[in-house]
Parts: sequence; C-alpha cells; structure tokens
Amino acid sequence: MNRRTSQVWGARAALAVLIIGGWQLATSAGWVDKFFYAQPSGIWNRLWDYFENGTEFGSYPQQIQTTMQEALYGFLLGTAVGIVVGVALGLNRFLAQVLDPFIKVVNAIPRIVLGAIFVVAFGVGITPKVLLAAVLVFFIVFFNAFQGAREVDRNVLNNAKVLGASRWDVIRHVTLPSAMTWIIASLHSAFGFAIVGAVVGEVLGAQHGLGLLIKSAQGNFDPDGVFANMFVIAALVLVVEFVIERLERRLLAWRPKTQAESVLV
Amino acid sequence: MAGTAIEITDVTKRFLTPSGEVFTAIRDVTFTVEPGQFCAVVGPTGCGKSTTLSLVSGLDRPSEGTVAVGGQPVEGITDGVGFMFQADALLPWKTVLQNVALGLVFRKVGKKEALERARDWIRRVGLAGFEDRYPHQLSGGMRKRVAMAAAWITEPRVLLMDEPFGALDVQTKAIMSTELVQLWEASRPSVLFITHDLEEAIALADRVVVMTSSPGAVKQVFDIDIPRPRGSVQEIRFGDRFLELHHEIWATLRDEVERAYARTAVGAAA
Repeated sequence: MNRRTSQVWGARAALAVLIIGGWQLATSAGWVDKFFYAQPSGIWNRLWDYFENGTEFGSYPQQIQTTMQEALYGFLLGTAVGIVVGVALGLNRFLAQVLDPFIKVVNAIPRIVLGAIFVVAFGVGITPKVLLAAVLVFFIVFFNAFQGAREVDRNVLNNAKVLGASRWDVIRHVTLPSAMTWIIASLHSAFGFAIVGAVVGEVLGAQHGLGLLIKSAQGNFDPDGVFANMFVIAALVLVVEFVIERLERRLLAWRPKTQAESVLV
Repeated sequence: MAGTAIEITDVTKRFLTPSGEVFTAIRDVTFTVEPGQFCAVVGPTGCGKSTTLSLVSGLDRPSEGTVAVGGQPVEGITDGVGFMFQADALLPWKTVLQNVALGLVFRKVGKKEALERARDWIRRVGLAGFEDRYPHQLSGGMRKRVAMAAAWITEPRVLLMDEPFGALDVQTKAIMSTELVQLWEASRPSVLFITHDLEEAIALADRVVVMTSSPGAVKQVFDIDIPRPRGSVQEIRFGDRFLELHHEIWATLRDEVERAYARTAVGAAA
C-alpha cells in the first residue's frame, strides 16, 4: 500500500466513525428522536438478535436466502431475455420500428405496480418476486443490448463480412461482443433493480424475506429493525457488485483502459 | 492461388443523401485489372475510389453497369476476395491470433489447423510473440500487419486495399509497402489498391488509373513499365523512368486535385 492509498483509507475510516458516532451521539443525547431515526447501537443489537434468536418468520439466514434467491433468479431471467430481445430488435430494423410504440408504452408504466398483479396471479411464493425483479431488470438490459447491437462499427462489420462471415457468424463474433460493452455496463444498476423488485414484491405479500421483515418492523414501530434489514440488503448488493465487476474485467479485457481507469489502477 | 481478372464496365453508383438528394459517387467507370496485376487507383478526395472497392467486394451494388470478378458478375460478397480497410477494422475483442484466424474460422476450417496457419502468418508478417495481444495494445503499424495477415491467410485471388497505409508515418509506410510487394510476388493475386499518394501508386503498381473528382470517372489509365522485381520502395523513387512517369501522371492528376480543392475551399468559405 503506498502513501496515497493509506491516506484515502484513513480518511474513509474517519468519515465512517464521524457519521456513525455522530448519529449515536445525537440520538443518545436526545437531539433527534431514536424512536423515528433509530440508533446505531440499537441497529446492531437488533441484527445480533436476528441472527441469535431468528425472526418471527424463521431463521434470519433463511430470510436473506429467500430474498437473494428471488433477486438472482429475476436478475438472470431479466438479463437473458433482455439480451436476446435487445439484440434481435437491434438486428431487425422492421421489427424494431413495429414494436417501438408498444415498448414505449410498457416502459412508461410504473413497473412496481405490476408486482400487485403478480402477487394476485401467482400467490405469495417466490414466483411473483422473481417476475417483478425480472421485469425491472429486463428493460435496463434490453435498452442497452438494443443500442449496443445497433452501434456496431461499420468497418469491423464489413471486414467480417468480406472475410466470409455468415449471418450467424456476424451475430456471434461481431454483434454480441460489441453489444457486450453496453450490456455489462447496465448490469451494475440492473442488480440493484433486481433487489428492489424482490423486496417490493415481499412487502406486497410474502411468507419469508427481508422485505417482509421490513414491513413487519414498520408495523411494530421498530426503526432499528428497518435500518438493520436495509444495511443487510446494501451489503448484499455490494457483494454482487463486486462479483459483477470481476466478471466485467474478465469479459472486457480486450478494451483499452480509459484514462480515468488508468489513473485509478 | 493465382489472381483472376476484375472487370468494371460502365458502372454508375448513386446514393440518396440524408436530405433526400441523389448524389452520384461514380459515373460510367470502366477499367480492367488483368489476372495477377497490381492496379492502383489515384484521385483527389471524394472521387469515389472507396465506392469502387465496395462494389468489387460485393458490400455494395452498382446502380448501373456490371462488375465481374474472374468472369463472374458480383452478387453478394465476392468469394476469394481479401479486403484491407483504410480504418482499423480488426475485431477489438479478439486477440491477434484470433483475428488472423478469423477468415479460416468462417470457412469452417478446423480450429487447430486455423490457429496453426494463423501462427504461421503472424510469423511471416513479423509479429511472432504478439499472438495473445489485443489490437489496442499494438501500434498502428503492427495493427496493419495483423490486418495484412488476416487478409492474406484465406489466399485470396483478388486483394482490395483502401489506402491501407494512409494513417502510417512515412518510414513505416515504406517498410509495409515493400513487405506487401514481397507477399504479392509470392502468390500473385490481382490487386486493386487505392491511394491518394501518386509516388506510392507508381512504385507499387503495374497499372495506374487516374480518376476525376465528383462524380468519379476514369480520366486516364497508365501502364507502369518499371521492371520487376523493383526492390525497396524507397529506392524506386529515384529511378529515371519513375520520375518520367511521375511527371506525366502528375500533369493529369494535378487538374483534378486543384478542382477538388477549389470546390472544398469555396464550400468552406460559403
């Protein structure tokens, strides 16, 4: 670790202590009411309690697992369908023109409300949450895949054609890798949306999951519980972000580093 | 594999501009590249040189007239054609080895054989040791070598080159040109080479076609009778015959260049 990085890490730690310490101080001194704004020590105790004694809906890891499962399935489903449909429409101008107004209409619907329909249609199991997460993810990935498939460099495309590429060769060797830059960039925000879909789905009606715990903590006037689950969700998203970033580095190894990246490395 | 003839007969190509006007890129272009001949096309910017190439490759269709390669009219991508583009056209997500092997992979050659032949070609263009680099990790000259190997590996009967060395510095350009001639003399495909550099055209080619500017048309065709092998491209330039031909062709080309320049200068002032 060189001097610069240790300074950065030192400043980060100081800032974290300042925020959490300030919060704790302000709530215990009574400047802000911990009944509304929770308290770091209370959140910590609640988390401890969750892991030690479980929750009213079963063990805490089980709740985490349920939410993660819903988010991951929804993420994978939405990504796969988004890539296929996006690239297909990117390659087929006619189809893209026909479907354009329909996509705009569907995109204009606040998609969270679809969750209500899914819960009614598919019950309180994990299916409606997976579907809601998938719908949220689909649109992000779809628009990026669509754009990526259309922004293929003409020289590269012509080169592949002259070298004898069939239609399928062009898709596999040119269109997909080219669109991949766009698609992977979208995956970062996509997983965040998958979690939103899963948690909102659980709030709308579920038997397990972190969203259900948040709803229950809210009903019990337990802000510590709400914050505790919130932080757990944030930690989960960060872990997945990290995995996606590793994946991105592997898949996009061919890309020249941008100036900003070179400075960071 | 020896080259086959390229016959371009009364070809006109029109485009629709975004504003809806018809733009004639080339008009009534007729010339022939004999089998195994190295033919250079020179002309001012915007004279439809690149358009002519895309018609021969089959990437584009003529509005009128016919283009034939080896006696067969061109419909769709022409078989047995190699193309070197002006801009970078390597697949940036593939390594040097994968890029060079691409033409073979598309022709369903077995993976092992394709990679083996690609390695051989990479060695021939002097890039041994760079097989696993990505294009962005190479210099402009090295990328051109990769493009050259990728175009030659399919043993094309016709090689189309669109100012392939235009973006290189003078020294690299001279070295690459000499290497190109060596490769060409080994297998003798027919070459259609586009450039705006008259010296390069005379040094490399058996035949030089001078084109007028927009719409592009053939102004005059010169046969270059400098004997082969000509040796280093840089030294040909000082030969007497070279200077005579240069003088003669430049006299024809100069009017066109000046007219094209006057037009863009007026366009810029307006």
